Amino acid sequence: MNTGQHLIEFRGVTKVYGERHASMQALRGIDLHIVEGEFVAIMGPSGSGKSTCMNILGCLDTPTSGTYLFRDVDVGQLTRNQRALLRRYYQGFVFQGYNLLNRTSAIENVELPLIYRGAPAHERHEQALRALNTVGLKGWESHTPGELSGGQQQRVAIARAIVTEPAVLLADEPTGNLDTARSREIMELLNSLNIKEGITIIMITHEPDMAAYAKRIIHFRDGLVETDEQNGRTK
Amino acid sequence: MLWKTILIALREIRRNVLRSFLTVLGIVIGVAAVITMVTIGGGATVQVRQQIASMGNNLLMMSPGKRLGPGQSTGSIPFKENDADAIAKEISSIAAVAPVSSQSIMAIFGNQNWTTQVTGTDNHFLKATNRSVKAGRQFSDSELRSGAAVCIIGETVRKKLFGGQGTLGEKIRLQKLSCDVIGLLEEKGQSTMGMDQDDLVVIPLSTFHRRISGNQDVGLIQISVQQGSSTEKAQSDIRRLMRERRHLSASDDDNFNVMDMKEITKMLTGTTQLLTALLSAVAAVSLLVGGIGIMNIMLVSVTERTREIGVRLAIGALENDVLTQFLVEAVVLSSLGGLVGIALATAASFVVARLMQVPYIFNPGINLLSFIFSAAIGVIFGFFPARRAARLDPIDALRHE
Ligand SMILES: Nc1ncnc2c1ncn2[C@@H]1O[C@H](COP(=O)(O)OP(=O)(O)OP(=O)(O)O)[C@@H](O)[C@H]1O
Ligand SMILES: [Mg+2]
Repeated sequence: MNTGQHLIEFRGVTKVYGERHASMQALRGIDLHIVEGEFVAIMGPSGSGKSTCMNILGCLDTPTSGTYLFRDVDVGQLTRNQRALLRRYYQGFVFQGYNLLNRTSAIENVELPLIYRGAPAHERHEQALRALNTVGLKGWESHTPGELSGGQQQRVAIARAIVTEPAVLLADEPTGNLDTARSREIMELLNSLNIKEGITIIMITHEPDMAAYAKRIIHFRDGLVETDEQNGRTK
Repeated sequence: MLWKTILIALREIRRNVLRSFLTVLGIVIGVAAVITMVTIGGGATVQVRQQIASMGNNLLMMSPGKRLGPGQSTGSIPFKENDADAIAKEISSIAAVAPVSSQSIMAIFGNQNWTTQVTGTDNHFLKATNRSVKAGRQFSDSELRSGAAVCIIGETVRKKLFGGQGTLGEKIRLQKLSCDVIGLLEEKGQSTMGMDQDDLVVIPLSTFHRRISGNQDVGLIQISVQQGSSTEKAQSDIRRLMRERRHLSASDDDNFNVMDMKEITKMLTGTTQLLTALLSAVAAVSLLVGGIGIMNIMLVSVTERTREIGVRLAIGALENDVLTQFLVEAVVLSSLGGLVGIALATAASFVVARLMQVPYIFNPGINLLSFIFSAAIGVIFGFFPARRAARLDPIDALRHE
């Protein structure tokens, strides 16, 4: 991995929801610079714009103004399809609300990004099994989201995001529904993905204990970056 | 990649059994209804044409009374036998004229009996009504003159009285008249008006007058016009002749009525065609209702599907991947519905055609049309909402509620 290279750069990114008097400025000008191989935790009070920022990072949403560079490519200049390909080949996303496909087994959910990557069936199946195993869901492959607990669904969502071994993993509160022991397992997993695979990780969390795993912690407040510092006591 | 997309589409169909079933059901019912109605209607029209053709379109029928329907018999002076002779002599385009008198009488053979139409006429009757004798013979001149006790019977009467037994040479009883069966008429089949044309016993007119009616009246004159001659011309010639013979002055209305089979043909086929059109309209409405049903199902599931599209886009599906998937789903479901509908319609048309005794005629046009229509409905209502969703930003699709 080309650790240390530019991965993500935000220049004055803003996001306004709604129109005129009903409008809501969720991001007020974010400057951010993240290099390959970082492990970043984003913290901040509810409504401070963390998810909004993450959605823009994941190319799911477009900023109202400002520039987003991904590996020095201006995302704002890309077509819809180019952004889809960027998601397909470089990014893994864990949603705050999981967003699994209903009535679809865990393994099929995890296989989905591999299908769009065009992986052959047996390879797809193997990789998906391995990813589910990694998040501790061995034996739950054929269960549908309706048959899984919130925490289990969250882990399926994580498995789906990491199965492609993306360049960057964007996780919106990946441990929000897990107990402390499970949360620590997931953090250990992210940590090892970061160290062994060199996957850049950007993660939102409310819990200082989980943020402690990151090498860098960014605090959001009212749509602005409040503090951005290296983690002194990295675990 | 296309193959993968097709696989995804098929998987989605299988996963959403109820939704898929309801979608297909709407199309099946619509398609089956339209095809069945149109096929049966088409069969009925063909049948009416065939029946009328079997009666012969060169036939005229003259009855006493005004034109205004059967109830109106004011001043309906019956014909006489010489009216038929006069028509045969005076009008050149005539092929055959037969005086006909008939009465409903119970025919008895052994312990079997059957009430039938006993018709007194002469040998011209056969030609004048497009009939022939399939076994035995016609009346001889002396039988006709002397009023002999002989008869030629129709197929229905033969079946009812004799069943599988031999018929020719047996004696049947008509009231007090006991007569020899000398011939058997060729079947004509069921008539459109619900009358069985094979339910009759033909005897010489003189026999009918003497032994049954007791008068010299002729109730009806059957006329066949030579092939190639105009029936309209013959009709007006007959009218002129009969007005003269019945001494009608210029101000008098006709007290008889010459009917043309062509008019009846037009009227009857017109009726069945109108009926077919009406039934088809009803069926088209049911296809439309089926379409609306599909639309409803699609719209109800649009929220869920929009979120599904959001998920797919978020994990790297291109707009085209999603569109192809939804197109394949829509086409597969609609085609399935269309094919099942066609199969169902074929079975239903076949059975209904049997029950209604109309011919079953496969109509490729309507099958193709309703298939295309059903596919179009599926595609329009399955594909276009998907296209709208696939054009959203993934996050908007995911937030859709
Ligand atoms: N689709 C939207 N339309 C309008 N306003 C929105 C929308 N999404 C978010 N917001 C608003 O933008 C602000 C930031 O929302 P965001 O979801 O980014 O917060 P967050 O930091 O992720 O909060 P939490 O910790 O609760 O997840 C909030 O005030 C929210 O009400
Ligand atoms: Mg959030």
